[in-house]
Amino acid sequence: MTESRVIGTPFRRVDGRAKVTGETRFADDLSFPRMVFMKMVRATVPHARINHIDLSAARRVDGAVDFLTGEDLPVPYGILPVSHDENALALDKVRFVGEPVVAVAATSEDAADEMARAVRVDYELLETIADAEEALDKPTPEIHERGRGNLSRQASFRFGDVDAGFEAAEMVLEDTFFYDGNTHLPIEQHAAVAVPEDDSRLTLYASTQVPHYLHRTLAKVLGNWSGPLVPAWRIRVIACPNGGGFGGKSDVFNHEIAAAAMALKLGRPVKCTLTRDEVFYCHRGRHPVLMHMRTGFTKDGAMTAQHLRTLLDGGAFGSYGAASTLYTGALQTVTYQLPRYAFDGVRAFTNKPPCGPKRGHGTPQPRFGLEIHLDKAAEKLGMSPAEIRLRNLVEPHAITANWLQLGTVGLGPCIRAVVAGSDFEKRYNQLPPGRGLGLACGSYLTGAGLPINWNQLPQSGVTVQLDRSGGVAVFSGATEIGQGSDSMLAAIVAEVLGVGVDDIHLCVADTALTPVDLGSYSSRVTLMMGNAAVEAAENVRTRLAQVVAEQLGVTVERIGFGGRRVFDIEDPSRNLSFTDAVALAEERFGTLATTGSYKPPRAPGRFRGAGVGPSPTYSYSAAVVEVEVDPRTGIYKIEHIWIGHDIGRSLNPVLVMGQVEGSVYMGLGEAMMEEQVFRRLPRRFREQKGLSGALVHKHPSMLEYKNPTFLEMPEVTTYLIEDPDEKGPFGAKEVGQGPLLPIMPAVANAIYDAVGVRVDQVPIHPHMVLSALQAKAKGKAAHFGPRKFPDVPYGEPLRVPTPDEGGDGRALNETRKKSRHSADGTMPEQKNEEKKHVTPAAV
Amino acid sequence: MLRLPPFEYRRVGSAVEAAEILAGEGPEARLVAGGTDLWPNMKRRHQMAKTVVGLHNIPELLGVQMNGELRVGAMTTLANTAADQELRQGFPALAEAIESISSPPLRNMGTLGGNLCVDTRCTYYNQTEHWRQSIDYCMKAEGTVCWVAPSSPRCWAHAASDAAPMLCALGARIRLVSKDGDRVIPLASLYKDDGIEYLTRRHDEVLTDVLVPASASVNNGCRSAFFKLRRRGSIDFAVLSVAAALWPDSSGNIERLSLWLGAVASAPVEVNLGDLAGQTLNDEVIADIASRARKAATPMDNTDFRTQWRGQMVAVHTEDVLRRLVL
Repeated sequence: MTESRVIGTPFRRVDGRAKVTGETRFADDLSFPRMVFMKMVRATVPHARINHIDLSAARRVDGAVDFLTGEDLPVPYGILPVSHDENALALDKVRFVGEPVVAVAATSEDAADEMARAVRVDYELLETIADAEEALDKPTPEIHERGRGNLSRQASFRFGDVDAGFEAAEMVLEDTFFYDGNTHLPIEQHAAVAVPEDDSRLTLYASTQVPHYLHRTLAKVLGNWSGPLVPAWRIRVIACPNGGGFGGKSDVFNHEIAAAAMALKLGRPVKCTLTRDEVFYCHRGRHPVLMHMRTGFTKDGAMTAQHLRTLLDGGAFGSYGAASTLYTGALQTVTYQLPRYAFDGVRAFTNKPPCGPKRGHGTPQPRFGLEIHLDKAAEKLGMSPAEIRLRNLVEPHAITANWLQLGTVGLGPCIRAVVAGSDFEKRYNQLPPGRGLGLACGSYLTGAGLPINWNQLPQSGVTVQLDRSGGVAVFSGATEIGQGSDSMLAAIVAEVLGVGVDDIHLCVADTALTPVDLGSYSSRVTLMMGNAAVEAAENVRTRLAQVVAEQLGVTVERIGFGGRRVFDIEDPSRNLSFTDAVALAEERFGTLATTGSYKPPRAPGRFRGAGVGPSPTYSYSAAVVEVEVDPRTGIYKIEHIWIGHDIGRSLNPVLVMGQVEGSVYMGLGEAMMEEQVFRRLPRRFREQKGLSGALVHKHPSMLEYKNPTFLEMPEVTTYLIEDPDEKGPFGAKEVGQGPLLPIMPAVANAIYDAVGVRVDQVPIHPHMVLSALQAKAKGKAAHFGPRKFPDVPYGEPLRVPTPDEGGDGRALNETRKKSRHSADGTMPEQKNEEKKHVTPAAV
Repeated sequence: MLRLPPFEYRRVGSAVEAAEILAGEGPEARLVAGGTDLWPNMKRRHQMAKTVVGLHNIPELLGVQMNGELRVGAMTTLANTAADQELRQGFPALAEAIESISSPPLRNMGTLGGNLCVDTRCTYYNQTEHWRQSIDYCMKAEGTVCWVAPSSPRCWAHAASDAAPMLCALGARIRLVSKDGDRVIPLASLYKDDGIEYLTRRHDEVLTDVLVPASASVNNGCRSAFFKLRRRGSIDFAVLSVAAALWPDSSGNIERLSLWLGAVASAPVEVNLGDLAGQTLNDEVIADIASRARKAATPMDNTDFRTQWRGQMVAVHTEDVLRRLVL
């Protein structure tokens, strides 16, 4: 291949102009003739049986068109095959304030709003579960009546002889941490527009990160409902450009299904755009997690074993929770050598909006604990925080104790870059009182190794089609959520074919027209779509090279592509224009369209639960935070952040830095102020209201749910560490999520350096810092955070010998029954049964 | 998006005309100035109106004049008020207080008169109708209980204006116009410590002018300072504001000191300072005043931050503000 012309340069993103001029059409910008407006009527009680729904007043509203209720859409669904526990509209009971119960449609948004207000729902109230500890104490009433209490997922693993690891320790450290919930807060509120096409097909435009899963879910639910049945192959989902996702649009949402059903029922386009409070009710954000971490160290700072216990507050539905639970343990092993590792995790159901994946999915919580824990260990052992980390780095390409196959590891250079940039070794523990530095690291997947629905199919496909005008059209299911997936796709194809990025016509995220890409989650797009795009482009390039080589009378190896020309590398004056080359190739081969597919390598773990954690390769990050703390108030200000990120290779350094800085910003929000918290009315009033009473989101608005503004954003110095990994396209790894991970613990560590108090939870509110300072002044522990961890039933642990112990990736005590469930959260594809679908004569 | 309920909008040419509509239509008519408070409140259905009277483009309600005393027309936007050079020079702490309100776009819409009359706020009240239905509403709108203090017979929503405590400290007065004529009252007497009935303005009165005495100008020796505590550097309402004005005597000691707190009660709170005449603002006096301020404040669990911490902050920030008055 010739020297790269696009890859590695700060080319302008392909959707940049449209975004800044307002030309981008988000889902809510779409409008169609005869379109009606839909609103969701949401539960006003947190846990109740539905006795009766009275639509009579709503029917009389001027402009009222129609309704859907739970019985219209009886088929349950869920993003993971192991938890199909949701319905588009509540069937017999509601499980949190904000859960959709009725969908109403009217000729105007005002009329739909008035209809929604006029719907009356009569409830029989049930007792509520407010948090994970309460769920442990109260197996009844069950939020989901499965006869299994209120725990949603339990997991327990012993990787290696953990007891022996602790016996070998010279110091054992124990900590309890709490990480509160927070939400994604995308600027764009979710929207969906469903359009019936030609009487028998349906198109759904949606702000979604996962058009493929939305497509699957629509096919499942609309395959058996009160209206016209529509099979998968007549449903088309188009993911509009997302105005931010961060994981908040990676689940299937009630309004998307209801809009599709309403459109089929009415034969009219239906639009539903959520209000901000409804976005808070969709949630699927960060799980609140209580953690207990116990680690053995040698006196030179090496970890001998760790036992991590987590307790997740999952909200009312499964969502991604089974995976989230495992993610609170899976990545503890990928940064520092941890030879033996025990992990126990439990997720509880509570009467709150469901938690799910937010940037970092399940891993920021234990990462927060681990990085503070290491800081404490370093201090006790008389080592610098940088030294304890650098001494214990994992080896590149190692297999961890929990059977994760690592790729390149650029963590050492990341640490050294931020340590040098912040002059850490001279200034740590040496700054004036109130001023402090904190160091922390992190790592994240470059794409989940296993698909959600376990199958052997490609996880991303790309088609490249050339036309005789010299045009290049690229088709991919990947979804632009602001992260730059469109730009990566265009740049990779442009690079391979030697044309300009702006020459490429993109057709993306359209389940009817593009090959499947599983979605914009788990930082998978650049690697998986990128590898598929390289393959597709190289396939067509081979054809062009062959005909041009013949034309020029040279061997194929001497053919180069660049500047829209196809040329002899040894004598570039001998060349054809790209357009002529296309025509020549089309003459020879017929229509020029090639494909590429990508499937991650098989991971070495073979135990149940091994499906969460594997990735083709992992990114690494390190950050130093400088903070100024006012000891009279506990108010602190972030002064500067230095962050190093191991990107493998930057396909576009400006976009990479944008993702790094965006993660820093989001991480600061989680560290300093963001919290998805709930309040309950006082007990005597709950009883007056009949057991249940209110359990409401404290502040579902962008004014009172606090996140940082420009004014809170410090100067950020970013170092991109390039250590190409052969698993990624051109060596690239992920950047969308990893750089968030070190921020929260680095803030906590910096506060400790500044004023000598430990806050072992986030968000770190000023009152926590002040309270710890006041305790310290009284000679008590200079600490704020949880002190107790409850007894949690984790179940019988799976005992998995480590690679060092000669294990084969299997658990010793796993009964190898023929389970429909594979590595966690996934199950084999069910065969499509075409015959059960009835094609509607007319819709 | 959240939808506005239907209402009749009336545009008027003078304050008297507006007052006549208010008198004629009764409590179902409301005034709107910048709309930054009323429109979101109506969308959330906790303030309702059959008729909304817009006060825009009435020349008599616009502008900042310095004619001995300072006069600001009630419909002058917050941005224009704070941008006035004479105001900035003579009343720098007032400009600071006004510039601390919300964010630039909202200061371009919001007016000084609107800010002085801004509704009291509470996290159980400033919510969508759906949310409020989920807690069976609250005393301030449609319900019976104040969830902040369920045993209390009153509503504890907190005062939300940042300009109010500063203008009170400076001794400002306001003019209220009704169809029967007008009256000029001290701004301080506009407020009542009740989350629901938080203004003494009669329903049929229009606030037209804000008047600040010349004696409160730095040009006449008055020193003033303002501080606003909030989560973020912009956008947020105060969880505490501290406003102070000091008139020194000829030897530089205290002749008169006025200290007001915002957001820690349903009205701006004047701190009773006792007799300070002739004293100097030394550490001991400052500590005493801070302790009085702490006692005067009644922060409740109705806004951001832990209530107990907000109480502690009253003393800390009062001290800071007072130190800024020391030459």
